[in-house]
Amino acid sequence: MAEEECELNEKQKREIAKWFLLNSPAGEIQYIAKDLRSVLNDEKVYNEAASEAFPLYNKSHLIFLELPNRSGDVLVTSYNELEENEFLDPRTALVATVDHVKQVCTDVRPAADEELSSPYIEEFRCALDAEMLKYVAEAYPKGICSVYCVDGKDVEGPGSNFELVVVISAAKNSPQNFCNGSWRSVWNIEFKEDVQMLEVRGKLQVGAHYYEEGNVQLDAKYECKDATIFQAPDDCAISIANIIRHHEAEYLESLEASYSNLPDTTFKDLRRKLPVTRTQFPWHNTLQFSLTRDIQKELGIDK
Amino acid sequence: MEAAMGLMRRIHPKQSETALSALLSLLPHHSSDLLSQVDQPLQVLCDLESGKEYILCEYNRDADSYRSPWSNKYYPPLEDALYPSSELRKLEVEANEVFSIYRDQYYEGGISSVYMWEDDNEGFVACFLIKKDGSKTGQGRRGHLQEGAWDAIHVIEVGPEEESIAHYCLTSTIMLSLTTNDESSGTFSLSGSIRRQMSMDLSVADGHLCNMGRMIEEMEGKLRNSLDQVYFGKTKEMVCTLRPPSEVVLRLPTADMP
Repeated sequence: MAEEECELNEKQKREIAKWFLLNSPAGEIQYIAKDLRSVLNDEKVYNEAASEAFPLYNKSHLIFLELPNRSGDVLVTSYNELEENEFLDPRTALVATVDHVKQVCTDVRPAADEELSSPYIEEFRCALDAEMLKYVAEAYPKGICSVYCVDGKDVEGPGSNFELVVVISAAKNSPQNFCNGSWRSVWNIEFKEDVQMLEVRGKLQVGAHYYEEGNVQLDAKYECKDATIFQAPDDCAISIANIIRHHEAEYLESLEASYSNLPDTTFKDLRRKLPVTRTQFPWHNTLQFSLTRDIQKELGIDK
Repeated sequence: MEAAMGLMRRIHPKQSETALSALLSLLPHHSSDLLSQVDQPLQVLCDLESGKEYILCEYNRDADSYRSPWSNKYYPPLEDALYPSSELRKLEVEANEVFSIYRDQYYEGGISSVYMWEDDNEGFVACFLIKKDGSKTGQGRRGHLQEGAWDAIHVIEVGPEEESIAHYCLTSTIMLSLTTNDESSGTFSLSGSIRRQMSMDLSVADGHLCNMGRMIEEMEGKLRNSLDQVYFGKTKEMVCTLRPPSEVVLRLPTADMP
């Protein structure tokens, strides 16, 4: 490396570029991309990095894109990915083709039968989807959700276990106010026929970024479990929706509590608002060096 | 360079070290600009002579050695190194003592260091640094934080005295992060950095140390409040915009959230 004046090779540059893209806060990857291209000054390396980083970023951030024929939005997740840029929307039985780097939906086609769940599974999936739509519409000003079958989609009838996943994604981008945020919920529901139980596991992730003359970020994560009995599709759907509604509301409350505790409790472990004396520091006593000892007496410190 | 600063504003504060070293390797010609404009968490060395720790920064560095404010020696030892004048060193010693008490009062622990040096304009520059580990395994008194760090850098340019008034220009940077972790609320993590400036013309009757100390105390208070109410508050507002608390939803089912 010394003889090339510490010039990085292409592979190293590409890895750095990928790192910046993958670590962009929610809703900011396009801004990061723009600055990155400027710093990198190498279109070839940028394009290679982007083609690798964007799909990973999009799936992990659960981004949603408008379907071209205005039938709604399609979520980009690892649960509904058919090919690297084909994503299934079971509600409309459409498959969207996605340009990851531009973050747009470029094409749409009807889903083939083998890409959809069996009618038996679809009953459960559809009922849950309907309940989730109701829940998301009432709890989130702008949230997108979907239900996918991640295991057992070809199960024909009772007798086998299967697994559905509920994905909820909400985002608010206000770059003009220097503030962006995202809420991601992923709920895995295992339908265990053998024990007639449903096991529910939730993973919630909330992020916010405020950067007006500063840079502050929130990262919050939460996991929980619950269970309910195996019932008919409509009843399962209602139970699951209630479980999700309950846990998400509780989590929001605990987030608010964490914020309320900040000024007087958590933040205090870093820096107090005022010393124990409840007065500001007596700097005026620093006129003479030896008075350092007097300050200690005044403040009641026993050294 | 503007693009580089743009990236630093967006990347998570906890990853700023990785981001900076990536930028330094991509833009080697801009390294001095990057190093001076991008804030990094403070590093610490131990002064073996006094057994005390001291904070490292550009202002006590010469080549690859750092000067301890306790012993006034460089580690690793350095020949022909830069030192403040003996007069300024006296002020520096006093500043370190007093600032140490200030630090203890507000931070209940942590490490502080003060460095001073003459500048070209017949004035001097002083740098006050604080590093606090507030985690429960560190010096967090109440054990709330699984992880907690506060790094403060205050650089004051003091102009020459004119008719017993001196001009003070303070640039302060605070970098902090805190994480709480428990069963009922999962992992909650806030991190951030902000930088502000304050200039004042003050009488030197009370002495430089008193003037600088008061400015720093006022600035730290303002920044702590700002972080808490404005910055953290904005992130909370954002969360409530994404998913309003249930009471709000029930009352105003069709409200348009700002």
